[in-house]
Amino acid sequence: MRRVRVLYGAGPGHLAVLLLSLAVAGYAASIVAGDPLWPWMAVWFVAVVVGHDGVLSPFAAAVDAVLRRLPHARPTTVNYLRVPALGAGLTFLMFLPGIIRQGEPVVVGQTGLDQGPFLARWLLLVAAMAAVSAIVYGMRRFTGR
Amino acid sequence: MTRTEPGHREPTTPWGAPWEPVVRAVERHRPPLPRFRSPLRGPWLTSVFGVVLLAALPVVIITGLLSYVAYGPQFGQAIPGDVGILHLPWFDWPASPSWLYRLTQGVHVGLGMVLVPVVLAKLWSVAPKLFDWPPVRSPAQALERLTVLLLVGGILFEIVTGLLNIQYDYVFGFSFYAAHYVGAWVFLGAFVAHVALKLPHMVRALRSRSLRRELRTSVADSRPEEPDPYGLVAPEPGPPTISRRGALALVGGGSLLIAVLTAGQTLGGPLRGLAVLLPRGRTTNAADGGPNDFPVNKTFAVTGIEPGAVGAAWRLDLTGGPTLVRLDLDALAAQPQHTATLPIACVEGWSTTQTWTGVRLRDLAALAGVPAPSSAVVRSLEKGPFAQATLTSGQVMHPDALLATAVNGAPLAPDHGYPARVIVPALPGVHNTKWVRSIEFRSA
Repeated sequence: MRRVRVLYGAGPGHLAVLLLSLAVAGYAASIVAGDPLWPWMAVWFVAVVVGHDGVLSPFAAAVDAVLRRLPHARPTTVNYLRVPALGAGLTFLMFLPGIIRQGEPVVVGQTGLDQGPFLARWLLLVAAMAAVSAIVYGMRRFTGR
Repeated sequence: MTRTEPGHREPTTPWGAPWEPVVRAVERHRPPLPRFRSPLRGPWLTSVFGVVLLAALPVVIITGLLSYVAYGPQFGQAIPGDVGILHLPWFDWPASPSWLYRLTQGVHVGLGMVLVPVVLAKLWSVAPKLFDWPPVRSPAQALERLTVLLLVGGILFEIVTGLLNIQYDYVFGFSFYAAHYVGAWVFLGAFVAHVALKLPHMVRALRSRSLRRELRTSVADSRPEEPDPYGLVAPEPGPPTISRRGALALVGGGSLLIAVLTAGQTLGGPLRGLAVLLPRGRTTNAADGGPNDFPVNKTFAVTGIEPGAVGAAWRLDLTGGPTLVRLDLDALAAQPQHTATLPIACVEGWSTTQTWTGVRLRDLAALAGVPAPSSAVVRSLEKGPFAQATLTSGQVMHPDALLATAVNGAPLAPDHGYPARVIVPALPGVHNTKWVRSIEFRSA
């Protein structure tokens, strides 16, 4: 047992739990093994991780670094930019299909409605978040808090 | 309080393992990896996000698995068809309360979306782990990192495919149902393992700080967490620009924003308009507030049904009894009519509640000569995968289960299934077959 711990690097319980998780994943994947498009599912599975860890996170960190280097009265002033920027980014990513009008023929066929309004609505939402942030910032500057 | 005692770095460096010199050599040759400097990162913050997800994700998972049962896998109409042992215990999806599927699927989609900011925050909080060096210390750590890939890939895959599906964007090309179901089980397996391994660490980390005190701590008084064995706390933290209170408010605010932008598609009524970025924030193009002004699941135009087929030539065939019973619209209108207020609730989480009038399915069963059917197959004039649906005996016999010909006192619009559509309490929306051509009542 001690030899397992030395060679494996953790206890047998650790190994058992992880093997069980891999077994469930393998079993689940076998459900779509007969689906000719299963390789695309695997590609998307990896692509979302690469997209998050390799694109989205570094991009967000880079934007934040730029915001933090802008001249500020105080370090915390950056939050008046961060909050609307994060709100804009979150809503853009979550509601992307409507905003960029992707897959519109299907939407029209299913719902009878086009995707025309979404870009303008999203821009209005972003403008509203930026405006609220600016007003709060202005009030705090004015009251000196 | 410091927790750097050996053995907490897990998996532990294999002291005495034959490859230990290799690990040590790799450790000394650290490439220029990103340095994380946020003074907020640490086991406590990660655990706060973790405990929220631990409480909420099981609800999302179970409601999702319930949706599979609601689709009627016993009739081969749940997708994917054969899931082996990976399913909830089978049961006949009930027809009451009528809002059951509206609730479960509204929660599945709505809560799933509300959790997106929490998932992103959790991933942000553990970002330094991605660049752990050396990348692998032991077989245990290699295995654990592989399952973390399944964990992170699983949750992101479910979020992305789910978000695309509720916006009718099928850019991925594969079957949403199959991929989302399989992805859920890949995630669930990794999630259970992750909780089993990390729960004691989470509990310990949550006890390391007082939430109440953090919620009263300003930016100026924010201090980094104590050096940790996990590599989350920045070795050289920058000055704080936001407090933990602020970070939690930011994530909570993001969730609240998504809740406001999503709830309307499920709650309907005057709140529907708040879902400004979702297809189901609107009703119809006309938006006239008339009896047929509620969301459409599939328009008549894309079904390819000949307009003549739903005109005067339309007939309803009732089969399964001693003889075929064929009714035209007048004969259907001559049957006893029943009115019920029932929701349509779809897999995309949206719903709409309307007042439907038509003939009870159980009256049609009796008319067909099968007064106690074991199931019924409803077929539409349209072609395609959802052009027919099988109903359980409980669904057919429910007193509010209708073949509706009118909604809110007016004939059904073509988009809502004229001349006749099925409406059954608590049935997933897509199985409320429109443009009905025939019903086959089966006896055991």
